[in-house]
Amino acid sequence: MAAVRTSSEVALNRIAIVAVLVATLIFLAPIYWIASTAFKPKELAVSVPPTVLFQPEVTPFIRLFTKRVQMQKTVDPQVYEAAPWWEKRIYDGGERVLKVGKDVQLSQYPDRFMNSLIVAIVSTVLAVGMGTFTAYGFSRFKIAGEADLLFFILSTRMLPPVVVAIPMFLMYRMVGLNDSHIGLIILYIAFNLSFSVWLMKGFMDEIPKEYEEAALVDGYTRMQAFFKIVLPEAATGIAATAVFCFITAWNEYAFALIMTNRRAQTAPPFIPSQIGSGLPDWTTIAAGTFLFLLPVAIFTFLLRNHLLRGVTFGAIRK
Amino acid sequence: MASVALTNLDPASRAAARGWSDLTIRNMFIIPTLVFLIVFNIFPLIYSLGYSFTNFAANRSEPWQFVGLQNYRELLTDDHIWSNFVITAKYVIVSVAGQMIVGFGLALLLNRSFPMKGLITTLLLLPMMMSAAVVGLFWQLLYSPSWGPINYVFGLGDFAWLSNPDSALYAVAITDIWMWSPFVMLLSLAGLSAVPQHLYEAAAIDRAGWWYTFTRITLPLVSPILLIALIFRTMEAFKTFDIAYTMTTQPTAELIAIRLYKQAFQQWDTGKSCALAYIVLIMVLAITNIYVKYLNKVKER
Repeated sequence: MAAVRTSSEVALNRIAIVAVLVATLIFLAPIYWIASTAFKPKELAVSVPPTVLFQPEVTPFIRLFTKRVQMQKTVDPQVYEAAPWWEKRIYDGGERVLKVGKDVQLSQYPDRFMNSLIVAIVSTVLAVGMGTFTAYGFSRFKIAGEADLLFFILSTRMLPPVVVAIPMFLMYRMVGLNDSHIGLIILYIAFNLSFSVWLMKGFMDEIPKEYEEAALVDGYTRMQAFFKIVLPEAATGIAATAVFCFITAWNEYAFALIMTNRRAQTAPPFIPSQIGSGLPDWTTIAAGTFLFLLPVAIFTFLLRNHLLRGVTFGAIRK
Repeated sequence: MASVALTNLDPASRAAARGWSDLTIRNMFIIPTLVFLIVFNIFPLIYSLGYSFTNFAANRSEPWQFVGLQNYRELLTDDHIWSNFVITAKYVIVSVAGQMIVGFGLALLLNRSFPMKGLITTLLLLPMMMSAAVVGLFWQLLYSPSWGPINYVFGLGDFAWLSNPDSALYAVAITDIWMWSPFVMLLSLAGLSAVPQHLYEAAAIDRAGWWYTFTRITLPLVSPILLIALIFRTMEAFKTFDIAYTMTTQPTAELIAIRLYKQAFQQWDTGKSCALAYIVLIMVLAITNIYVKYLNKVKER
């Protein structure tokens, strides 16, 4: 850009920047729509014409987390006065909250969200752990048929989930792992392991061999050198790999749909199943979607400098 | 193992002799991963290869019979399956072409310096990080016939994008383009920023036109990375399940992965679905092979 710029080039540049801004708004519009629907009063979610600006409210989130029924008659003013603010909102909407004793009955959403967290975190820790060791092995030692082994590892990642799910479903049924956290965790480790090996190998290759060699000369064993020299150097890479694995496990749908139905069901198959029949309550669905997408959005910003590397399995580094 | 390391001790790795040998460590680090992948990916595939030659049905208790190649023969002559492959091919072409055009276009626009470039680039990348199933779900809201914002903005009245047999597949493809153009954009940006600036300066001095510069400098230098994006997206689009499955139930949008899912888990035609899975698997592995070849080529630069 150091070249002399004519006025027409400057104008072209300006047009391009305006076009970028317009494109960004178009790309973000669907995300704005789902996020804003999560804060809309029920009737505005399906209004014609669509409502863009409105007074936001939290009732969709209250409905998301509680079990409710239609009220038969009006609520006793004393009960209403004694109720916490969020329960009043439910009464205002013509419903009442179900309780067991004194405790509010929760909807299935918190359970499904917790399942997603458990499965994603456990599978990430194990996949990144194993992947880090293996990547170090591939990065530092001579291995016969290294290229073929690495291709084999990557190819397991490319298998279509439904193809793997058919035999896994049958095998899990035999050993009783259907609809279990462990079953889903195993599948997600298998799915993420190849990715974590490839990505970590890229990070390991960037750590100079001389660091460990110096440590070995100083009397460290290879294992000590690995834990005390290599791992700290690889910390950023490990963190980036972990976030990618977490997002993949968090987002995964096909395995979860096939392998779980109740106890271990994660959020991705659960959220679309809320639509059901009749007119769905889009504000509640949007609230659930919003909370589910929020961690991914935050992680995307944290990862922004590693995204390219992540989506190309560490092959392209910028 | 330790004694082996001691006998052929090379002076640089005396340290290794004190702990485990490098060979032991290498095996310890690599073998568990390979075993894990073989047990949970390769073994199941061998298992399902066996079933693909039977008439096994997972929801019935009666014993299965060996039927030889009958499943494969039936599948390859089944018009229904062929139409699923045709639908998938249509979907791959429309969706990947759209992603390449939109993604590369965005990258060309972004490839200049302006305030908040980093923030805008990251915002544009958000769609591809999201769960495809959930994206499919909320695009249903956007596509809603009577009150959806898309029909309102384009003045389409109550056009039913997802329940119209002619438009369902394309509606899913548009969503996929929205979701995955950022991927092509990200790779293209990397390719564009790697083009040496002096080439553009030289072209400017020669008073080369915009089109000439684009076709003679930009495109040839970016094409290896564009090819990577193209192959990868083709493979992923071929495997598409989540987004289409959550968005529509139209038979005209029944991609091969959805067909496979229905055959295996709704009709419980297990033996035949294993055979279909193998046909799909071989096609995916062929594309994977090409992909890794190009990936290694770009990596060497």
